[in-house]
Amino acid sequence: MKYTPQDFKSDQEVKWCPGCGDHAILASIQRAMPDVCESLNYTKERFVFVSGIGCSSRFPYYMDTYGFHGIHGRASAIATGIKVANPTLTVWQITGDGDALAIGGNHFIHAIRRNIDINIILFNNQIYGLTKGQYSPTSKLGMVTKTSPYGTVEHPFNPGALVLGSRGTFFARSLDVDLKVSQDIMVQSAKHDGAAVVEMLVNCIIFNDKTHSLVSSKDVRADRTIVLKHGEPMIYGKNRDKGLILDGYSIKSVVIGENGIKESDLLVHDAHTENPGIHSMLIDMKYPELPVALGVIRAVKDKTYDDNVRDQVIDAREHAQIHNVDELLHSGATWEVK
Amino acid sequence: MQHKVIDTKEVVIRFTGDSGDGMQLTGTLFADASALYGNDISTFPDFPSEIRAPQGTVAGVSGFQVNIGSGEIRTPGDFCDVLVAMNPAALKSNAKWAKLTATIILDSDTFDEKGIKKAGFKTDDPVTELKIQDRHIVFAPITTLTKESLKESGLDPKTIARSKNIFTLGICYYMFNRPMDTTEEYLDNKFKKKPEIAAANKKALKDGFNYAANIHAIPNTYRVAPAKQEKGTYRYINGNQATAWGLLAASEKSGLPLFCGSYPITPATSILEELALRKDLNVKTLQCEDEIAGICTSIGASYAGNLAVTTTSGPGISLKSEALGLAMITELPLVVVNVQRGGPSTGIPTKTEQTDLNQALYGRNGECPIAIIAAHSPSHCFDAAFYSAKFALEHMMPVMLLSEGFLGNGSEPWKIPSMKDYPEIHPPIVTEVEETPFWPFKRDQEKFARRWALPGTKGLEHRVGGLEKNPQGAVSSDPINHEKMVAERAEKVARMANYIPDQKVIGKESGEVLVVGWGGTYGHLYTAVKELQEEGKSVSLAHFDFIFPLPKNSCEIFSKFKKIIVCELNSGQFANYLKAQYCQYKYHQYNKIQGQPFIVKEIVEAVNEIL
Repeated sequence: MKYTPQDFKSDQEVKWCPGCGDHAILASIQRAMPDVCESLNYTKERFVFVSGIGCSSRFPYYMDTYGFHGIHGRASAIATGIKVANPTLTVWQITGDGDALAIGGNHFIHAIRRNIDINIILFNNQIYGLTKGQYSPTSKLGMVTKTSPYGTVEHPFNPGALVLGSRGTFFARSLDVDLKVSQDIMVQSAKHDGAAVVEMLVNCIIFNDKTHSLVSSKDVRADRTIVLKHGEPMIYGKNRDKGLILDGYSIKSVVIGENGIKESDLLVHDAHTENPGIHSMLIDMKYPELPVALGVIRAVKDKTYDDNVRDQVIDAREHAQIHNVDELLHSGATWEVK
Repeated sequence: MQHKVIDTKEVVIRFTGDSGDGMQLTGTLFADASALYGNDISTFPDFPSEIRAPQGTVAGVSGFQVNIGSGEIRTPGDFCDVLVAMNPAALKSNAKWAKLTATIILDSDTFDEKGIKKAGFKTDDPVTELKIQDRHIVFAPITTLTKESLKESGLDPKTIARSKNIFTLGICYYMFNRPMDTTEEYLDNKFKKKPEIAAANKKALKDGFNYAANIHAIPNTYRVAPAKQEKGTYRYINGNQATAWGLLAASEKSGLPLFCGSYPITPATSILEELALRKDLNVKTLQCEDEIAGICTSIGASYAGNLAVTTTSGPGISLKSEALGLAMITELPLVVVNVQRGGPSTGIPTKTEQTDLNQALYGRNGECPIAIIAAHSPSHCFDAAFYSAKFALEHMMPVMLLSEGFLGNGSEPWKIPSMKDYPEIHPPIVTEVEETPFWPFKRDQEKFARRWALPGTKGLEHRVGGLEKNPQGAVSSDPINHEKMVAERAEKVARMANYIPDQKVIGKESGEVLVVGWGGTYGHLYTAVKELQEEGKSVSLAHFDFIFPLPKNSCEIFSKFKKIIVCELNSGQFANYLKAQYCQYKYHQYNKIQGQPFIVKEIVEAVNEIL
């Protein structure tokens, strides 16, 4: 069956603020769905969108799929249960920086560690929106908010670093405003077997406007971000004249043609290598020193938790000594009273 | 000394020692042998939460009491006929449980100056200091004798020393005329890969037996005839195992795979362990990162169509409460097992209590009633778990099963039921509906249960969640809708009363005093009430398995007695609940919050006081 994005739109009114970056992400996911269905031979009823609490977590109501709006921070756990119970479902977790990294940090890292086959779309706007403007675990150091009137004194998390620290197999990043890149990485995350984390840099127009605009504004985006593609040299810039090389232990930005730099000197992106070294450096890149990395940064093959569970059950049932509860009750030491 | 063989209906033996002395194993092996011999039995493990508290101290004493009988045995017994104490600390903390006529067997090797001091005795004569000189004290050099017994085994001294509990078991087998074959079989099995250790332990067992037979220091041996039991096949089962198996029975009868998301916690952990073994029965267990993930993965699994369970103890319930509200408002089937322990907070983890009833009844934000079923004996955990799952699945709601450490760890013989005698379970799963789009909160008019549309079913896509919804499934903060939904969810739980059996009364249905209890105190209350009835007193027992909702005839039962006394291991939580339900009655109370089960005697006294 051929689907259109329209098939994934529910009848519910979308209630995010006008101008919120979440609208664009909803659009990119709805646009990615037909592609996902076609390339993986999925039907719509197999999709489940699960969320926690926060602005982004209203997302499941806007998708005409199965949906579960959970409680704060626990979406990873709910999604894990759904996937393990029925591995034929395709499970998408929608979460925010507070939901996934503050109250839900524990579930987030353990879902990744287990490599459970779910897609975790992390809306990172570096602020608490639904509670009206308090700092989050990704707010920049020194940021003034309602709960940090003198500026925060906390270092922010880098979500990608947490993914690597949890031995994650997939990490991608995109901007809310870049629908094309977003749509593409949604499809790739769906295709990935295992916990796929997609960090969406998203704008909160009310409480943290322009937080990503230094890199996301249309006029500067090409020069301040790099869209990584597996197997391709790391080139970026409006004029496609900038690139990344490895200089000692660090990544360095260079201009092709300057100081004798040729395209062949540039790093070639290898998303599939298990070694997290370069992935870690790419994840950490910050403007202005370096462009912010977008696209699929890491996509490594490994066994998934749900596959392992299913295999164990199949194996145990094949070699079962006990086939039903009556047999179980009579197993071990028993005696007759006559 | 004149040796006497005492024919008796009931004997209580208490094994005590350092938590590294293997007393739980010794007690279990003795109980197994007795059960297989045909006695009715009841056991009570009483151990500290420290795995190895400082050796030789009172804090590290671990005990295991077993009551064996030729008649009906409902409790592990109040006081013991035989006390085994492997060191001075064990004697110090357990002498109070020895009857005046008891035989006390001590490992004399441990009663040296150091050992006596470590146990905190003020003098060098523990027996006199404890004022137990009148009991039959048997000082047996168990450590030395075990060393002697196994000196040619080729084992190292540490391994040899570990067999002293088995040597002690041999002494007990002599005292109680127990066959040794089941224990020998156990040892062969356990040390399959180390036959030299199996052989050494079997030798220690026999030598212990022979030692006891030879020394003539054992004043009495006991003969406890096999109990007259109903015909059938029996096994020995503990409460946590029965809980796990009852859930498996519900999985079979509903045709739904069992999912258990859980986190290890004393004293509930062995339910998770038992279920983890059962992949052959299509069980999926997930040991989560915390209690919250335990319940949340289970809620997810329930949404996806499994029979979902989460198992824990009181502190775990505290952590799960928000998610329990989520299960309640999304109206998904879920069994939440609370094996209660001493609280509050971390409390006394390895000791038993019934102090989480209020938490079960009221421990959530908002209007959030949740059905509560209580197990009343180790084997009854099977039925209690089965019916918790049946009600959860058929009524589309979470059900809390209250067990207790006393039940979870306690064990008894059980006549194995046949699954054909258990009802089918029919959850309201739908595959197609009349309306488009699907209304997730449309209810059937009898049970008030909503329908269960599983992800993967074409055309029934819908959203559920923690936000209040209207029947169509849309988020709604409409005031009238909210009040209506709150009332409907409460009504659904209330209507469960139409599907539960009438409350039974043990004894006459009217009279002077009605003893009221719930949960794991059943054995003690039953024994006490029977004792009073045998004395000709007008006393009956109503012991509740269904806590919320209560059986519909409860009020009528109460009306037939002049006095009601509610006995429970808390400060009066069930009594207060009953006061709120049926305020026309006066409820006397007998409460105990010592982390210990009741003793029969105190119940008898409490009832006599108001008679």
